[in-house]
Order: sequence, then structure tokens, then C-alpha cells
Amino acid sequence: MTVTEERVRRPPTRGTTDRRSPRKRGALQRAVGRNLTAYGFLCGALICFALFSWYPMFREIVLSFQQNNFVDPGRWVGFDNFRTVIADPAFAAAWLNTAAFSGLALVIGYAVPFVLAVVLNELKHAKAYLRFVVYLPVMLPPAVAVLLFKWFYDPGAGLFNQALDAVHLPPLSWLDSTSTALVSLVIVSTWMNLGTGTLIYLAALQSIPGELYESAELDGAGLFKRVRHVTIPQTKLILLVMLLLQIVATMQVFIEPYLLTGGGPENATVTVAYLMYQYAFNFGDFGGGSALGLMLMIVLMVFSAIYLRVSREAER
Amino acid sequence: MRTLVSPQSLRTPRGRIVYWTILTLTVVGFTGAFVFPLYWMVTGALKSPDELAQIPPSFFPKTFDFQVYADAWEQLQLGVFLKNTALYAGGAWLFTLAVDVTAAYALSKLRPVLGKLVLGAMLATLMIPPMVLLLPTYLVAKDLPILHLDLLNTPWAIWLPAAANGFFVFLLKRFFDSIPKELLEAAEIDGATPMRILWSIVLPVSRPIIGVVSILSVVTVWKDFVWPLLVLPETSKMSISVGIASLSAQMPQNVLIASLVIASLPTILVFFVFQRSIMAGLTAGSLKG
Repeated sequence: MTVTEERVRRPPTRGTTDRRSPRKRGALQRAVGRNLTAYGFLCGALICFALFSWYPMFREIVLSFQQNNFVDPGRWVGFDNFRTVIADPAFAAAWLNTAAFSGLALVIGYAVPFVLAVVLNELKHAKAYLRFVVYLPVMLPPAVAVLLFKWFYDPGAGLFNQALDAVHLPPLSWLDSTSTALVSLVIVSTWMNLGTGTLIYLAALQSIPGELYESAELDGAGLFKRVRHVTIPQTKLILLVMLLLQIVATMQVFIEPYLLTGGGPENATVTVAYLMYQYAFNFGDFGGGSALGLMLMIVLMVFSAIYLRVSREAER
Repeated sequence: MRTLVSPQSLRTPRGRIVYWTILTLTVVGFTGAFVFPLYWMVTGALKSPDELAQIPPSFFPKTFDFQVYADAWEQLQLGVFLKNTALYAGGAWLFTLAVDVTAAYALSKLRPVLGKLVLGAMLATLMIPPMVLLLPTYLVAKDLPILHLDLLNTPWAIWLPAAANGFFVFLLKRFFDSIPKELLEAAEIDGATPMRILWSIVLPVSRPIIGVVSILSVVTVWKDFVWPLLVLPETSKMSISVGIASLSAQMPQNVLIASLVIASLPTILVFFVFQRSIMAGLTAGSLKG
């Protein structure tokens, strides 16, 4: 493959030096022409990426060290923005909640899809239905799913408390109590996203060669041993990729606290992304918001970098 | 195909009982967890406010009055919101294809100087979660550098950022890489321009991947919430998700629920029709997202 490519890209140069120079000029012209065409094709993407990905990244860093009213040129304030947000009592709460949200979402949202996928992979009936149904919530617009659950969480006639009542359990205050609010957010989030993980695991499970299970069984491995020594090692990379993807995704949680709780009660559901939004759009402090964003970016980039590395590995 | 459980053990009486039990549990469990909430939503909208507040709740609505859907449509200006969202999603789709397909083609087949660097810079954007760049990106949309245009409340604020998608460029480039060189060279010798090659050879053979990218881009814009919340603050410009969320507080509950049903119909319908492509995109996305 590489050999042919090289041959095509660099036309073989033959003959004497005298003959070569006009030929060379032709090649140079062609190369310039090809590059101009290529960049012509690329210009749309370069503009879009520059405006909405590359420049904002740079701007984020600048903003977080500036005090800015967007009329006068920004004033450099060093680490003042960082000091302000760190001194905010909501700051520690936001990070703890974000970590707790991610952790809880991982406990449910990471293990459950794997178990579901293993079960689904064994079933010979209703396969299409089950796959369709588990992915259905993923297709709902998240705002719809969240508002739907807001209604389910209603302390009075809400579906969840009605269900608890039906089995003679006391009602919960779901979104209104500091002890349950965050968990309630995790439940919505998990419900919305479970299908993705399940179907990805399912695809990975289907690529495991059956002989591995056969020989493990011949060696006397029971069901759980087979899961442990065949299924998990064979899907190890996907499991790792999904773990990182989940961490990065759940740590950006915003829409659930924004629509369900507004960060309350008593900062119990304030998350870093939500606090960032509040700083910028409720307090009008873009510097503080950007400082928070930068901190979150640094944390998430570590996970993203590992994720990209691992996923490239998984691709092979 | 052989899986975790051997076919022999499934044929034993005990195996059969276990299998059918698990199958039943799974079907019932999945239906309860994923379909029932949707059933509750659709029927909830049909209930009168009194019936909605009633304890214990009724499983079937007493009345089948579809008037509430008509009310929701009118009171929440759902027609406007849906039209807006279709405009945003449709435009984003066209932009994404125009921008990302040409970029991927240039990077894959024309291979310009520094092409690898450009691709790397595009892929690097995948490392930065969109949420953390929310504020500076918002400022770009509010005051476009150099041109100083205010894109807020215009579709451009949705279209242009949607096109800057490193994942789509990567997916397309990977597919284009697999198109045999001989095919393009033959056309080149016949004097076809790069544009013509892209249009008449590359695009037709890339239909599957273009389908996947199309559906993903439309669904992504349709489902998005935070970005349209920021850049389309004017009520008449809102997308359906943002519109419903921002008007939810003032609406009677059954009207709000009816509007949730209407808002979820388009994506569910898309899923019904394009299931296969969506799931193909999902597994492609899992490996590099």
C-alpha cells in the first residue's frame, strides 16, 4: 500500500539533469495546484473549526485571567477569577456533586448496560424489540426526558410516589430533599443514556469468537468463570473506552440540574458546569465562569486524552 | 453462533426453564423501564387536570380527548418551535455535509502539505468536551471575530458550529481512505476535476457513511439543549426543546405533557425509520467519539 502510494505521489524522475528541470517545474506547478485545490476544499472546515473550536479554546484561557465587560478591552487580573470562584461556598459543593454524580452514574450506568448486553446476547427471541426499546430513551430530546421525569418526581401525584404507595412504602421527596436530589438526577441521566452503552457492549460481545467459550467450557469453566475469563478480557478495551467516555460525559452534567433543581436544595445538586453557567449568565461574571470552565477542561482533558489513546488501540 | 451459554445446556429441560424465565423477565423489565414511561406520557396528556392529580392514578385515561394536543400546539406555539428546529437541523445537516465531506475528501485524497497537522488539529477538538468551551464559543457567536457580526437569534449560530465536527471529518476520511485509488486515478486521467471526482465517484460510493453522518448530525442538533438555550434567547426563535422548557412553568400540566409528546415524536419517528443506520453510527461512534 505505502509503496504504491509513494510511487504515485512522486512521479519517477528519469533522464539527465537538463531534461529534469522543466519536468521538475511541471511537477512543482502541479504540486502547488493540488495544494491550492486541497485548501480550497478545506477552507470551509478551517473557518468553522477556527471560529468555533480552536479560537474558543484560546479565548477560554484568556478570559479566565481577565476581568471583562466586553466594552473596554479586558483587564488582566491574574488569578483573581480563580480566587473568587474558589472562595464561593458553592465551589466545593459543585465539585463534590459533580464527582458524586459521575461516581453514581458510573455505578449504575456503567455496570448495568454490560450485564444487560450479556443477557441480551444470550437471548434468541425478541432481539429486535429489546434492542429497539432499550435505545428508545436515547432518541428522546434530553429536555423532554428530563421534564417527563420532573413530572414523575412530583411529590404528590407523581408516578414514583404512587408506585411506592402501591407497595406500601413511604413517599420520597425526590428533588426536594438534599439526600435524594442528586440521586434523582442520576436516575434520569441513567435512564436517558443506558441504551448507548448496552448496544455498544452488545456489538462488542458479538465479535467474541465462540470457540473461546467452547474451550473454556471443555476446561470445566462454569458460567461465571467464563464471564470472568472470556467475556471480560475479550471486551476489556471497549469496557475501558466506555468508562472514560462516561466519566467525560457525566462530568459535564448541566441540563438535569438546570431543568430539575436549579442547583438546590441548598446547593445539593449544583454541578461545575451549572455553576459555570450561573457565573456567566446569572452573575454576569464571564471571567469567573471561564476560570471554572478552564479547571473543568483540565480535568476532563486528562480523561479525554487517555480515552482517545485507548479507543485508537481498540480500533485495531 | 456460540455465545456464553452453550446450545446443549439450553436444550435441557432446566436450561429451557431458565432461558424462558430470563427472556420473560427481560421483556417485561425492558417494557416497564423504557416503554411504560412513554405510555404514561402519552396517556397522561389525555387526562384532565383533575384526573392527573388524582390519587391513586388511573391506568387508562377516562376520556380520550385529543383537544389537549391541539391546545398544546396553539398555546406553546409548537408549530413555530418545530419549524425553527427543522430549519436549524436541516441547515446544520447541509452545512455539515458541505464542510466536512469536502474537508475529508481533501485530507484523504488530495493530501495537501500539512494535511496531517490539520487533521490532527481537528481530531484534537474531540478531546475538549463542548461544555467547557461554552462561554468563549458563546462570545464568538455574539460577536464574530473580524467581521463583528452578531449571530445570536440567527440560524447561523447553530449551523456554523455544527459543521465544525471533528468526529464526522474522521468518519468520512476513514471511509474515503478505503476507496480504491485506481478508481480516482482513472477519472483523473480522463480529465475529471477534483470537484467532479468528488461528486461523481466519491459521493455515490460513500452513501452508507454519508447516511450515518446525516442522521447523526440532524439528531444531534434536534436533541441539543444548552447551545440553543444560549444563542437563541428570543421566544420566536427557540428550538422545540428550549421552547418547551422555558414555557413549561406557565402551562397547565396536561398541556405541558402533550407538548412533550409532540416534541418527542420527530426523533422517535426518525428512529423507527432509520434504526439500522443509527445503530451503525452508534458503534462507529463508540470507537472514536
